Amino acid sequence: MQFEYWLDNFWSLTVGGLTQGAIYALVALGYTLVYGVLRLINFAHSEVFMIGTFAVPIAWTAIGYGRDAHPSGLGSVVLLFAVGLIAAALASAATAMLVERVAYRPLRPKNPPSLIFLITAIGASVVLSEAVGLLVKRKPMGAMTLIQPKEVFTIFGTSVDNVQLLVVGAAIGMMLLLDQFINRTRAGRGVRAVAQNPDAAALMGVNRDRIILMIFMLGGIMAGGAALLYMIKVGSTKYDAGFLLGVKAFAAAVLGGIGNLRGALLGGLLLGVVENWGAGLIGDKWIDATAFVVLVVILMFRPTGLLGESLGRARA
Amino acid sequence: MTMSDTLLKVDNVTLRFGGVTALDGVDFEVRRGEILGLIGPNGAGKTTCFNVMTGVFKPTAGEVTFDGERVSGRAKYAITRLGIARTFQNIRLFPEMTALENVLVGTDARHKTSVVGALFRLPRVKAEAHTLPESGWRRTFALTFGVSRHIAEERAARAKALDLLSFVGIEGHADAQAKNLSYGDQRRLEIARALATEPKLLCLDEPAAGFNPAEKARLLELIRKIRDLGLTVLLIEHDMRLVMGVTDRLVVLEFGKKIAEGSPAEVRENPKVIAAYLGVPQDAA
Amino acid sequence: MMSKLRALDNRRLGFLSGIGDRWHALPKPWRIAFGLAFVVFLFALPRINIPFFRTVETDFTTVLWTVAIYVLVAVGLNVVIGLAGLLDLGYIGFFAVGAYSVALFGSPQSVLATKYPWLVCVPIAIALTMLSGVLLGWPTLRVRGDYLAIVTLGFGELIRLIAEKGDALTNGPRGIAEIPYPPGKWPAGVNSEWTGLDMFGPVTSLGWYWLTLVLVIVCMWAARRIEHSRVGRAWLAIREDEDAAEIMGVQAFRFKLWAFAIGAALGGLSGAIFAGKQNFMSSGSFELMTSILFVAMVVIGGSGNLAGVTLGAILVWYLPFKLQDFNITIDGERINFTEYRLLLFGLALIVIMTFRPQGLLPKRYRSSQPPAAAKEEVPV
Repeated sequence: MQFEYWLDNFWSLTVGGLTQGAIYALVALGYTLVYGVLRLINFAHSEVFMIGTFAVPIAWTAIGYGRDAHPSGLGSVVLLFAVGLIAAALASAATAMLVERVAYRPLRPKNPPSLIFLITAIGASVVLSEAVGLLVKRKPMGAMTLIQPKEVFTIFGTSVDNVQLLVVGAAIGMMLLLDQFINRTRAGRGVRAVAQNPDAAALMGVNRDRIILMIFMLGGIMAGGAALLYMIKVGSTKYDAGFLLGVKAFAAAVLGGIGNLRGALLGGLLLGVVENWGAGLIGDKWIDATAFVVLVVILMFRPTGLLGESLGRARA
Repeated sequence: MTMSDTLLKVDNVTLRFGGVTALDGVDFEVRRGEILGLIGPNGAGKTTCFNVMTGVFKPTAGEVTFDGERVSGRAKYAITRLGIARTFQNIRLFPEMTALENVLVGTDARHKTSVVGALFRLPRVKAEAHTLPESGWRRTFALTFGVSRHIAEERAARAKALDLLSFVGIEGHADAQAKNLSYGDQRRLEIARALATEPKLLCLDEPAAGFNPAEKARLLELIRKIRDLGLTVLLIEHDMRLVMGVTDRLVVLEFGKKIAEGSPAEVRENPKVIAAYLGVPQDAA
Repeated sequence: MMSKLRALDNRRLGFLSGIGDRWHALPKPWRIAFGLAFVVFLFALPRINIPFFRTVETDFTTVLWTVAIYVLVAVGLNVVIGLAGLLDLGYIGFFAVGAYSVALFGSPQSVLATKYPWLVCVPIAIALTMLSGVLLGWPTLRVRGDYLAIVTLGFGELIRLIAEKGDALTNGPRGIAEIPYPPGKWPAGVNSEWTGLDMFGPVTSLGWYWLTLVLVIVCMWAARRIEHSRVGRAWLAIREDEDAAEIMGVQAFRFKLWAFAIGAALGGLSGAIFAGKQNFMSSGSFELMTSILFVAMVVIGGSGNLAGVTLGAILVWYLPFKLQDFNITIDGERINFTEYRLLLFGLALIVIMTFRPQGLLPKRYRSSQPPAAAKEEVPV
């Protein structure tokens, strides 16, 4: 235990954890949305995120900003951010919808046990990550540095840089948009209706298949946002980058209460912070073990998560 | 009345889900050896009451005692082992298993073989007439060394399960998968499976739902036969006429509250019950 | 096209169940005789030259050993997935715990420096994996089944992390060598080149193949015994309707935990054999994705059916070796089939689950189409 180290670096560990946690939260939304409506774990969601991370450098390179490019000026940075977001969101949403079409929809009429859905989703996950792995010959892919980290202000003696602010701010912004969409629009009402009572929703004329496809798309868009922020923060991706992040995001969703949109945000941020603290306490190399321990502990003591479950009741 | 006359006591049980009160201070007892009818209109809380008694839900307040033992707070399997068995309103058999296997699962409540015992066929117990192999060296072996408890239990369970299948009248379908049985036979199989747990109290949740009059008559016959075996029966039904002929006493629920209790004749005359069944507001009746 | 394939597959299943019926119709002595003959054939397989079947690129005995060890894994995982219906995605974790137990207690290089012989290490390995299975199952088996998949996945990753980063204990990627193996020397008359050498040493995999085969047979027998007892029946009932089973008096949690512990023990045993055979253990030996292949062999072959999971293990572990022999090239580059293994079996998982969730060799009377005889019994 490096208790003193942890105490000395408390705030920098916390700020770093919040940044990482914002990305977990965005990915966790995908698990939560699908679970809230279908009561199934979309195992392939980690690959939805991974494909988004590849879309970012590919899109940037396509418009002339390769690995070594240095965008200058606020205008081009904003433009590149938008291009990256659109590319990642499109790629991730398309992947998520493909997964729904291939691994979920054909099974649904047969109404099999959830184990079967889980296995097809695992199959889809393996196929996606292996296909990408074989395509890029299992090599990592880097992106240019969109924003040079620069200190913006200090808090409790810890500097907070612009990348950290952007990541947290953009993640929370996307989540607010999603929250508004679910709670304020007609389509969002359909989602809540199907989550609460699929049979009644069907009787009221809600097209369940379309709602489910939309759920996957929304989860994909959020994962795409996470992918862009990940590339801005980390700068490089690999075909198996989704796996660990997926497990962690799932743990975050369960921590906050799976099926609960706000729970995903809380769980993500909390997991990021706890993970960083854990790393500070027992050493960096165990950082990836923290999420697993958190998951087991939450299942033991509060399996419904901190905020409780249910997408249907996720009201303002 | 002495304590031992009461088999099950539902003591002021309240159950709330969020803001909904499903059961509100429900209070009744089941006496040893009787057939008690639990009736009430749809949504009155009858099945919920069953679920509290069998450990599916924990009551928010109040408690259920069975044969002097507290039921609330025990695991579901432990409640079954105390001696409460039930059937389900929406049949819940094990669809891929055969009828015989379904009943065998019920006998499991009384089995003692452990995983290690099943693997190594230990401990050995003395062979009894119905657990002996029919002939040959196996018989000699069993007479000398005894049979494993696993084998003894399995053979006894099989014999008992077949008996129960013929008791409910479906012995001809022992090897058919439960999902391939007719609706009525599935309901009978549920009763056989519940009886296999060797209960003192058998709770039947709308066993006649979807039956035609002839089938209903056969079912009533079966329920009387079960009582004659010395079991106590608790019968849920919303069709009042059906229960009139077979029950000794009735408890009537409406909106999660007990509104009447007594002999069928008394209950039939009770204005609150008439109002509940005819849908007339209580103060108008 | 789809319906034609379906019809073809139904005919295949009809053919298989025909064989099954004929087999069960045989008098018992005949079945025993055939069974024994088949076992003898399996023991002799490395020395029989069946054209085409034999692998050329890789030593055939080693391939057979590899298949046998993964059949053992499949038998263990089948208890968890096929019988108890619990999806375990971290089975490689148990395999690794078993392997590292042997390495740590047996190798002179390990920090424990106990230098126990292999035969002493194996029970230790089994006990430790069982313990880890119970410790993992205790908190998770009470809650929903679908979380179990992720928790076990996390467990597999945790074990891999400890193997890789726990330098003090496992020596990370540099690994632990000089892992002990069972005693015994080759007697004269088997192969003149081997006489007097260690039976389980590096010179041939034959000793290991035979040992593993014996263990596979013993474990299959044990698994069948448990399956056909009240335990197996309880598992089936839990799989079909856990709540109803519990209300009928079945202690669901206890039996699920047993399934987990038995599965873990068999995984640990496989790992212990693996460690002894490889003689060397490092963190690189346990890719988490191997767990997915484990699930694939159970599910594709036919979960719950020992013949099915055996077929699954053969498909996953023999096929890539065999395909290697054909020397297929694309654009002048030789295809390495092990590279494509995960992709192909991932695809197979989707296809099998969508079209025949019971797997290639389904359990006989539990197929989704009830046999005709059972249908006739339904009264009108």
